[in-house]
Amino acid sequence: MSGTADVTDRYLALYRAFAGNGASRSPVWLRDMREAAIDRFTEMGFPSTKQEDWRFTSVAPIAEAPFTLSAGPKGDLASATAAALRGVATNAARLVFVDGTIAPQLSSLPSLPAGVRIESLAAALARDPDLPREHLARHASAETSPFTALNTAFLSDGAFISLPAGAQVEAPIELFYVATGVEGEATLSHPRTLIVLGRGAAATVVERYVALRDGRYWTNAVAEVVVGEGAHLEVYRVQQESRSAYQVATTHAVQARDSVLRLHALALGASLSRHDMYAALAGPGADLVLNGFYLLRGHQHADHHTIIDHVEPHCTSHEYFNGILGEQAHGVFTGRIIVREGAQRTDSKQTNNNLLLSAEARADSQPQLEIYADDVKCTHGSTAGPLDEMALHYLRSRGLSPDVAAGMLTYGFAAEIMGRMEHAGLRAELDALVRTRLAERGGGGRRA
Amino acid sequence: MTPLLEIRNLHATADAREILRGIDLTVNAGEVHAIMGPNGSGKSTLAQVLAGHPSFTVTEGTARFAGQDLLALKPEERAREGLFLAFQYPVSVRGITNAYFLRAALNAVRKHRGEPEFGPVEFMDLLDAKLKAIGWDDTFLERPVNEGLSGGEKKRNEILQLAVLEPRLAILDETDSGLDIDALKTVAQAVDRLRRPDAATVIVTHYYRILTHIEPDVVHVLSGGRIVKSGGKELALELEEKGYEWTRDEAPVA
Repeated sequence: MSGTADVTDRYLALYRAFAGNGASRSPVWLRDMREAAIDRFTEMGFPSTKQEDWRFTSVAPIAEAPFTLSAGPKGDLASATAAALRGVATNAARLVFVDGTIAPQLSSLPSLPAGVRIESLAAALARDPDLPREHLARHASAETSPFTALNTAFLSDGAFISLPAGAQVEAPIELFYVATGVEGEATLSHPRTLIVLGRGAAATVVERYVALRDGRYWTNAVAEVVVGEGAHLEVYRVQQESRSAYQVATTHAVQARDSVLRLHALALGASLSRHDMYAALAGPGADLVLNGFYLLRGHQHADHHTIIDHVEPHCTSHEYFNGILGEQAHGVFTGRIIVREGAQRTDSKQTNNNLLLSAEARADSQPQLEIYADDVKCTHGSTAGPLDEMALHYLRSRGLSPDVAAGMLTYGFAAEIMGRMEHAGLRAELDALVRTRLAERGGGGRRA
Repeated sequence: MTPLLEIRNLHATADAREILRGIDLTVNAGEVHAIMGPNGSGKSTLAQVLAGHPSFTVTEGTARFAGQDLLALKPEERAREGLFLAFQYPVSVRGITNAYFLRAALNAVRKHRGEPEFGPVEFMDLLDAKLKAIGWDDTFLERPVNEGLSGGEKKRNEILQLAVLEPRLAILDETDSGLDIDALKTVAQAVDRLRRPDAATVIVTHYYRILTHIEPDVVHVLSGGRIVKSGGKELALELEEKGYEWTRDEAPVA
């Protein structure tokens, strides 16, 4: 093991510099929150593979790298980021963060329905902090996750989206977390997202993680999502970090009665990524779909760690994760489903299907069902293996060449997930993105 | 006239076990043949060998399709030349819709014939017409190929593919098995409507029922990997009444 104390000392020193700098102007409650979080982080340190939840994922490369906080965006980023922002509808609300800090010149906010707030977290806390304060760090707990603790300790900016009761925002709200990935600088950013939908509100949010260069940096992201009674939220999370980068992230969702949440998670980039997804179905009739796809090659490693907590009765959770793993890639999926005592008539379904395109590719899949109620429907299943020979023959027997047949069967793993995306425009855009990535395989493309 | 399908002394093995032991069969354009026989007689193996299934090895004999050496062709080449096997156990394809798959398959055939490929919109028009012709609705076009379908629905899906691809030779491998009376009628009528003077159908079946909807020109009895008896449609009725036992005593036909 690397000197754990050395590592936490390094982050403590970073924190002191950060707290003594601009962050000292923050309100007392926020400073207290950060203090508590850095304390908690130093107590916990980085997780090791001896811990059950981290059995398949070693974060040693992250712990050992001397990351420093980004000094903030430098120079003219407008042209550099323009490419990363293509495909975004002009009428959409858009917040762009560069290495974790809002870039107002790249962001755009069209007129919004009354009471709707889409702004940087820094601006929200300065202008009208009551609502963000009510939710910030109340859901994603710094107590149990060292990474959430670290994000909270360095909390300074991020996205704040809030819709009051009954409000609807038609066009997808776009959040861009852009990493500049400067050569020779191992930078670290802590993007934070807070989404709060009031009773009966409806919105679509796209959370994108992109890189301008193939740099080695670390994104440590936390998103908190609060879906009010009868509200409808669809979140698209598109992870396209650089192929040399690390991403550790937590999405923590809380759903009230009769709310609907669709969380689509695409993991395409990063050399090492870990995404913890926690959803509490905390009101009767809440409905959740976790819909994920990962496409990995080279030595990429992606770990999806999901916990769905059925707290109340009559809730539905359907969870689908598909992976396509080439070369020496490693995909990890953990699907923990907790059905609390009294959460009767729970309807829960979980699948994880992995396509292994090489003999060295590896998939680890572990369902963890904890059921404390007796009138429930819970199913789970996982597969890992190469292309189905019988399916290949079937397609060939209809006139398709072996290459086309293999391509179609492979694409099917992605298409199955894409097919659940409700927004036609986003579905088409992401489908094209995945098709391009799949086509790169044949051409020997290495970049994510 | 060159027969559409001409099989001579065909032998095939699976896992070094001989299953086909000298099949002779000639099918001409415009004909419907029924191949009947008990379980394990080699009926399905014959159907699958003709479509190029990788689990079987041809050890002896020839098969010519419209004058070409069928056994020298890859499975996809056989399909593009107009051979279609309706699978006994159709395979499901994750994430790929029937509409998408059917268009890709039809375009592969059209490209081979030097015909222009269909765009998505044109293809949907064609598909609508095909569905109308066989009297089915479009409910499962946007569903993944065979996934989550019942046995009967899968068989129906095979017939839809048959209708779209318009092969010269259709081999139905126990398409009737496991269908209830209504489903069998629907499938059989659809197949009957697809009969053309320039195409032929080979119905591989264990049961007489389907032949009450599609009248065969020739009926063959397969036993122990050989065709042991051939005759008119009355042979099928005789089999229905007497079972397969009595055919075993007959000498194989030359």
